[in-house]
Amino acid sequence: MILFLMLAVFALVMALLVVLNPNPIRSALFLVLNLFCIAGLYLLLNAYFLSAVQVIVYTGAIMVLFLFVIMLLNLGTPDKTPNKLKMQAPLAVIGGLIVAGALIWAVTKGTPAIALPAEPMVGGYPLGSPHGIGLTLYDSKKPWLFPFEMTSILLLIAVIGSVVLARRSYGEEANKS
Amino acid sequence: MSMAEVPLTWYLILSALLFTIGVVGVLIKRNPIVIFMCVELMLNAVNLTLVAFGRYLGDAGGQMLSIFVMAVAAAEVAVGLGILIAIFRLRDNINVDETNTMRG
Repeated sequence: MILFLMLAVFALVMALLVVLNPNPIRSALFLVLNLFCIAGLYLLLNAYFLSAVQVIVYTGAIMVLFLFVIMLLNLGTPDKTPNKLKMQAPLAVIGGLIVAGALIWAVTKGTPAIALPAEPMVGGYPLGSPHGIGLTLYDSKKPWLFPFEMTSILLLIAVIGSVVLARRSYGEEANKS
Repeated sequence: MSMAEVPLTWYLILSALLFTIGVVGVLIKRNPIVIFMCVELMLNAVNLTLVAFGRYLGDAGGQMLSIFVMAVAAAEVAVGLGILIAIFRLRDNINVDETNTMRG
């Protein structure tokens, strides 16, 4: 309980700092801390493997990619271009409060009080452990094997797509020289 | 105190708040990289909802879906940052207010 509250408050503060900070690099670093908090919450929810994947994939790979692009494009300085949409920020905050109110109302009204069940086991291992995840993901009787294979194709397409997008095109080089 | 005392609703409220912070960030930020980060915030809030529901309903689907969300987020970030680099090559500026046309 105490641990949940600490992680929750820390995650919320870090998320607010991501949005309120004018410096993109600091935003990225606060987002890293926020993702660590969420990894801790996964541990509280007995999702051990997912917590490790969160740290490795999100904070390890994705955020490094973000920082790399921020520094490559030299975007580390706060944005100084004048904002042409003056009313956008206040309207966004008002809209956000309405969305938050609606979500919290729906969640508190619509969620039945479910007692925490015993930790589910798969083949003698806890569901959240690497064994349990693997046995569930690769079980041909369960619906997760096909999406898993599709994910590999999706990642291949993403790799090819990003290489094609970030490549310097020949026409552009001819124009510049 | 045991962890069993945390009700499911608290996890859902936390992820609702995180999701809303992400939405507001997407709306008020002008730097597309920070907008991407706010989208990541929203994806993580949804992941937290999925895992919490999976734990409280004793179902494996929550964690499986979270794994797929993470894989799709990785692909999305790779392609999105590739697009940003391509735009930056063309106009040396990626402010979202000025990048308002699909023509290269």
